[in-house]
Amino acid sequence: MKGRTLVRHFKESFKSIGRNSWMTFASVSAVTVTLLLVGVFVLIMMNLNKVADDLENDVEIKVFVSLDASEETVQNLESKITEMPGVESTNFSTKEEELTDLVLDFGDELSLFEQSNPLFDVFYVKALDPQQTEKVATDIAAFEHIEDVKYGEGKIEKLFNFLNAGRNVGLILILALLFTAMFLISNTIRITIVARRREIEIMKLVGATNWFVRIPFILEGMWLGLLGSIIPIGLVALLYSKITEFAQPRLSGELFQLLEFTPFIYQVSALILLMGVFIGIWGSFMSIRKFLRV
Amino acid sequence: MIQMKNVYKKYPNGIVALNGLNVEIEQGEFVYIVGPSGAGKSTFIKMMYREERPSSGQMFVDDIDIATLKNRKVPMLRRQIGVVFQDFKLLTKLNVYENVAFALEVIEEKPQAIKKRVMEVLDLVGLKHKAKMFPTELSGGEQQRVSIARSIVNMPKVMIADEPTGNLDPETAWDIMNLFERINKAGTTVIMATHNQQIVNTLRHRVIAIEGGLIVRDVAGGDYGYEG
Repeated sequence: MKGRTLVRHFKESFKSIGRNSWMTFASVSAVTVTLLLVGVFVLIMMNLNKVADDLENDVEIKVFVSLDASEETVQNLESKITEMPGVESTNFSTKEEELTDLVLDFGDELSLFEQSNPLFDVFYVKALDPQQTEKVATDIAAFEHIEDVKYGEGKIEKLFNFLNAGRNVGLILILALLFTAMFLISNTIRITIVARRREIEIMKLVGATNWFVRIPFILEGMWLGLLGSIIPIGLVALLYSKITEFAQPRLSGELFQLLEFTPFIYQVSALILLMGVFIGIWGSFMSIRKFLRV
Repeated sequence: MIQMKNVYKKYPNGIVALNGLNVEIEQGEFVYIVGPSGAGKSTFIKMMYREERPSSGQMFVDDIDIATLKNRKVPMLRRQIGVVFQDFKLLTKLNVYENVAFALEVIEEKPQAIKKRVMEVLDLVGLKHKAKMFPTELSGGEQQRVSIARSIVNMPKVMIADEPTGNLDPETAWDIMNLFERINKAGTTVIMATHNQQIVNTLRHRVIAIEGGLIVRDVAGGDYGYEG
């Protein structure tokens, strides 16, 4: 394609946006509403996902070392556990350290036990993939000199099931919303194209190639998508800045945190923009197909 | 220039429009296509610019095989052919100059060349002074002259006209016919489907009559052959 043809296509696409101002308005509104929905949904989903990740990452395995283990055995155990394929980190805590923690948590009465400490030396083990916690725990339990292994059996399976279901439902909803948006936009653009089928017919009759006919429409779809993403980006950013402003101080020190305003909001904005452009282009492309058969 | 051998066309709804048609048209000829409505004239015309393709048989336009021509090659065929319609098919949003220039823009002609060539053909059809007017401001005859200007602006070898005088009063029709004569004298093949008895009987050329999807008469310098 020649450079001046490209310039012509750009000019045509701008002209058409102005000429069909009502249809432009309708398409842009449709894109705006849908992207706003998608944007808000992405905010919610990504944060739920973050919360889920935070909760998951909080899951650790508590490995009680039997009392008969020598210092050497403990060191051997530590390196054995650390070298296991599914293990992210291992922290050793002596029974004295365990007691100090208990005293800190429950009060000085417990310091009585300093005379004869009933606790065990403990490894805190984190699985590389929190969902593999159970497997790692079972493997560790098989080692010698292990008194017991605890990881919140039963409870964490429920948590993981719940979080996984939540993620899948969210993903399906976002996809469904995107699909609806594309359908909406391709229909709106189809109406602008129907109004101009005569123009397309004449172009084809005087020997225009399909791409020559298509490109201005596709550019037009792209502008509609871009225009339609401006308001959602603004509103979503505003909304999220308010949310983080409200939630950040209240959640400090909790197990989970919301995603930081930056860079998250840049990522969401880029996503909205890309989705707008993509559904604009895709919508035009799909609508024009059948009018090219002249 | 145009060869058809046993061209058969059946539409998806079962109607047989062309029933084994054979014809040969030489470069530079002027041919009238006549016949009753529904005889297959329009299908015959549409096949030449590959809006329809034969169901079977062979057809060549300027050595391009219409039956096997790939969709993406169709634009190349149409750049060799100028088409004129009864309803003119002008873009109402564009002025006269732009309507004609459009045909050159889509084939990516150079801007200076477009300007020169468009003014030439507008001069030829006698509308140079109305270049800035819009189709709705013109009479029917003038609109048809714009569409003729558009069809010849890229110097096609063949000009195909489907009832070009159908919407015009007799006097204007003659103006249009004079234009076709001049275009034909310049070497362009002209193929014109028409119901205008007076024109066919006065400006004598080869007459091909189609009935029931077949050529029933093919006479050089013949007459219209049907009642009014």
